[in-house]
Amino acid sequence: MDQNNMLEVRDLHVSFQTYNGEVQAVRGVTFDVKKGETVAIVGESGCGKSVTSQSLMRLIPQPPGQIKSGEIWFDGKDLTQVAEKDMEKIRGKDIAMIFQDPMTSLNPTMTVGKQIMEGLIKHQNMGKDQARERALEMLRLVGIPSPESRIHQYPHQFSGGMRQRAMIAIALACAPKLLIADEPTTALDVTIQAQILELMNDLKEKLETSIILITHDLGVVADVADRVVVMYAGKVIETGTVEEIFYRPRHPYTWGLMGSMPRLDLEQEKELTPILGTPPDLLSPPKGCPFAARCKHAMKVCQQEMPETTEVDSETHKVNCWLEHPMAPAVEPPAEVVGGGSK
Amino acid sequence: MGRFVLKRLIYMVITLWLIATITFFLMHNLPGSPLQNEEKLPPELKEIILKEYGLDKPLPVQYVNYLGNLITGDLGNSYKYDGRKVTDMIMDGFSASATLGVQAISFGVVVGLILGCVAALRRGTWIDSGATVLSVLGVSIPSFVLGALLSYYVGVELQWLPPALWEGWEYTILPSLALSFLVIAQIARYVRTEMLEVLGQDYIKTAKAKGLGRPAVIIRHALRNALIPAITIMAPLTVALLTGTLVIEQIFAIPGMGYMFVDSIQTNDFTAIMGVTMFYSFLLVVSIFIVDILYGIIDPRIRLTGAKE
Repeated sequence: MDQNNMLEVRDLHVSFQTYNGEVQAVRGVTFDVKKGETVAIVGESGCGKSVTSQSLMRLIPQPPGQIKSGEIWFDGKDLTQVAEKDMEKIRGKDIAMIFQDPMTSLNPTMTVGKQIMEGLIKHQNMGKDQARERALEMLRLVGIPSPESRIHQYPHQFSGGMRQRAMIAIALACAPKLLIADEPTTALDVTIQAQILELMNDLKEKLETSIILITHDLGVVADVADRVVVMYAGKVIETGTVEEIFYRPRHPYTWGLMGSMPRLDLEQEKELTPILGTPPDLLSPPKGCPFAARCKHAMKVCQQEMPETTEVDSETHKVNCWLEHPMAPAVEPPAEVVGGGSK
Repeated sequence: MGRFVLKRLIYMVITLWLIATITFFLMHNLPGSPLQNEEKLPPELKEIILKEYGLDKPLPVQYVNYLGNLITGDLGNSYKYDGRKVTDMIMDGFSASATLGVQAISFGVVVGLILGCVAALRRGTWIDSGATVLSVLGVSIPSFVLGALLSYYVGVELQWLPPALWEGWEYTILPSLALSFLVIAQIARYVRTEMLEVLGQDYIKTAKAKGLGRPAVIIRHALRNALIPAITIMAPLTVALLTGTLVIEQIFAIPGMGYMFVDSIQTNDFTAIMGVTMFYSFLLVVSIFIVDILYGIIDPRIRLTGAKE
């Protein structure tokens, strides 16, 4: 394992057994997260980004879910092999998680203070008073006013934004090395979104936590991420730094994502270009490139075989596309994507 | 919380007053009178008796008198048993009925809770199927059928326990069991369904993500939330138990309130019927009150909305 890496995921396969058969939600995902880095995993609904993140903490319900194969290296241990008891010691202490909907992810019958204290008492061997002090400190840190009274309140007395702040306080209470944020701003309105993102960025600097940010909001990615992993139909199809993905995207699916995003630097009258079609059924995934059916540039080989991972322009930028093959025709990215790149 | 309790208390009083009024007028519109069986009574004597019980006065006056006595806790004298106060008659039967009711409900709640939780946590196993079958049986078999079966097979055939009568603790086991079956079934059913629902909630995932072990997740986070609907059905269950005792006491020949109630209806003992009805209503209203308070303790959202109003 590379010294600079906090986390290395190697060829992760996760499936769910359903009445209709095996749904292959994650089909060979490989990426890593460096120390103090924010990695965004983007992709449309159902592409496997949440399943990937929950697998990292072994939180997918088993059964029906199952990690079929692959390795998750964290802190010198392969998390797919760790015993459940030892996993409990890692969860909340070394890896913490924030969920999408703050309205449902806090226990309605327990005070917010207790919910923050629980992890501290479990992992830091703190007494009640010490844990309460730390909880107050956390509430202050995430910007909740008058924490002394708030600590005794229940989640329903908090607004949506406040609840997400409380969730962040819970997650960061034990100063984890890695924070997984599963669409932390999707359920919040835009002003609160900005506040929460700013808070996460601040805390990352302060606590030197690595973050995996799962989102389908490219605006959020541009704001906070260092690197981006683009997922499609359970596979990683392109990875790179934010600059590489936003200004020099190479995969036609990434082009599509960029083209469907409203931008301030382009002519306002121009219509957004949607990606036509729907993603493949993961009950019987195609054997070639999963995006081939929706890809304007699809060739015969795309239907038949999954392309290899190819390094392009730098060692951080990797793409899985047959267009990178030396024998493939030269295809220029669409104008609206290049428009961003020229800036 | 104080205001929440006060509000519930006021509701309780209003409910009791309504029940008293309705029962009073219904009773007086029933055909028959407490003296109908004594046909050979001379009219003069009849008048004296009516006067003694205050039955010669116009109905509204009787009603006001009745309410007045009720407030002081006086339920009047029995029409049937000369000189016996209805309160004494109730108290005589109450200890037996209360023993039955309390035993049945505590046993039922504990067993039902455990059964429901285990069924939910071992979903799809034979334990789960067994609990489901038991629940369906418990809800659909009336307590008197079960009572009769228990009395016959366990009491008469196997002779493990006394099949009837009321002469010691071992006599309470079979009737309490017969009564608690419904409680077990209902509580298990609700707790199982709710537990499954709660275990799928996001905050359970949050609790797991904190690194809590399975017991902590289930007891601290899931159970409390799963209990809310189970507590809601406690009030109707208490009603079912009260009516259940009426029949069970007949089957096991237990000298309880139910026994006395049925007897008073058959003899047109107005004050006794009124008295027992009011007493039952009182018990019921109090149990609903307790359920409301429990509800408020378990679910903070209810406590606070109640207090704000």
